[in-house]
Amino acid sequence: MRRATLSTIAAVALALMLGACTEKGGEQQTYGPDPQLPEPNRGLLPRMVIAKPAPWGDKAPTVPQGYTVTAIATDLGIPRQSLVLPNGDILVAEGRGGADAPKLKPKAVIAGVIKAKGTTQVDSGHRVTLLRDADGDGQYELKTVFADDLNAPYGLAYHDGKLYVANQDSLVRFDYRDGQTKAEGPPHKLTDLPSAINHHWTKSMAISPDGRFLYVGIGSNSNITERGMTAEVDRAVVWQIDAESGMHKPYATGLRNPTALAIQPDTDVLWAVVNERDEIGPDLVPDYLTHVQEGGFYGWPYAYWGPNADTRVMPSDPEKVKATIKPDYALGSHVAALGVAFSAPSMGGQFADGVFVGEHGSWNRNPPVGYRVVFVPFRDGKPAGDPIDFVTGFREDDGTTYGRPVGVTVDPRGALIICDDLANIVWRVTPAR
Amino acid sequence: MSATMDRRAQVHVYSVHAIHPFHAVMLAATLPLFLGALLSDWAYWRTHEIQWANFSSWLIAGALVFGAVALLFAVFGLFARRGRGGRRSLYLLLLLAMWVLGFINALAHAKDAWAVMPMGLLLSVIVALLAIAATWVGFSTLRSEMVS
Repeated sequence: MRRATLSTIAAVALALMLGACTEKGGEQQTYGPDPQLPEPNRGLLPRMVIAKPAPWGDKAPTVPQGYTVTAIATDLGIPRQSLVLPNGDILVAEGRGGADAPKLKPKAVIAGVIKAKGTTQVDSGHRVTLLRDADGDGQYELKTVFADDLNAPYGLAYHDGKLYVANQDSLVRFDYRDGQTKAEGPPHKLTDLPSAINHHWTKSMAISPDGRFLYVGIGSNSNITERGMTAEVDRAVVWQIDAESGMHKPYATGLRNPTALAIQPDTDVLWAVVNERDEIGPDLVPDYLTHVQEGGFYGWPYAYWGPNADTRVMPSDPEKVKATIKPDYALGSHVAALGVAFSAPSMGGQFADGVFVGEHGSWNRNPPVGYRVVFVPFRDGKPAGDPIDFVTGFREDDGTTYGRPVGVTVDPRGALIICDDLANIVWRVTPAR
Repeated sequence: MSATMDRRAQVHVYSVHAIHPFHAVMLAATLPLFLGALLSDWAYWRTHEIQWANFSSWLIAGALVFGAVALLFAVFGLFARRGRGGRRSLYLLLLLAMWVLGFINALAHAKDAWAVMPMGLLLSVIVALLAIAATWVGFSTLRSEMVS
């Protein structure tokens, strides 16, 4: 009798554990405007598949036929986003933020240790580095520090002699002359940015074509309000900031983690890639690409992908659930889109009209997804068709991971610049000429 | 024990096998921690104030640490004096159930925000009751037993 009871307990416990491990995602995710949204589910353990970092060695990312890829800068201090200046020089923002976010549960302590295994161990640069190819041979022979002593810089923007840098806690401005390789002094602070806790610390940025407004993406302070609602004031929003005065207003809200922003050429509409919530299943919730409606509410934390309520949020808000806008285009759940850039005809062939998206790669999905740069083709200014692999080879099937793409930037002269924050490399992909 | 009994025919042996003081401290520690987790779960249930869920997580983790040591003592106790009484087996069984369900409860509490509920509260009730029962049975060995 006793033995029977014991083994029953053991069997139930084992079944519960295994239940957690069978939570498996489909090989193929659904993309586009109407992704399949399964019922939320989570076993007792969140599914974690962590990248196993390894050096690139002689290897390089895989690019489509007719394109070449080169490492134009190595040994950086965690490169995240880049910017191409009018003279062709490239600026790279380096660093890691979020160190002040306290771990509130044993789970956070354990998950932190596990997730750190899949990221780089080098020190944060906290700087902006300038890369120059003076003779136009594709080799960026000059690598020099443009500005130092920044605080986890991420978003970069330029307009008419003004260079804007979004630190994890402030938006600053440098004066810039054509050809300059070093900032003349410390920057002018335009405004503070929300930085208490800074669970999602990256401050993505884009500038309106007339240079009047900066748009800054500010991520949520939690996965799904597990730090309480008071931590979410001024979070999960895109701010519109006056470039002259530094005054701001919320431009759009409910965007959980808007990790990259871009202005669409011709239409001047603001677009964003947004990382959605974790821990409700391998195929929920799709990260997305969307044009950002002024005053729009995109759901976080109350709902996702239109009016689908997230029951983990209490108190709930049915009005907010109802008001949730459906985004334009699903990139796949957990891909961790961290970069977005509109293409240019100089990128050639089938990659001329659309956006490039850098996918850092998943931790909360089996099999893992992301770890690549995709191209989302556009037609008539809107996404049209499934994403196409543009740069792959970052991760092997056995989990060995050489790099993880973050920011992507299109050089109008015909190149895609990719920051790799695992290998601390900047890659440049060009159509063969 | 009656005075009317034939004293020659009966030999009374009083056996006192109290659990080791260290074992006792480990066992005793589980009760207030699991009970505390239950109370803070109740507070989270009523107020939706997230800090209570954080408290619960740590209280459960602490109870599991002490509970694991008590469980080791109980296992060794069973093997050390095999065949002695059902009470020791019952104690081990209660302690084991408390710990296993307590561990599952820790995982339930590792979910984000309201996803802890209602499973977390339900498990906290069951685990607190098991902790009370295990402590009761575990400490009852302090009473002298008559063994004939």
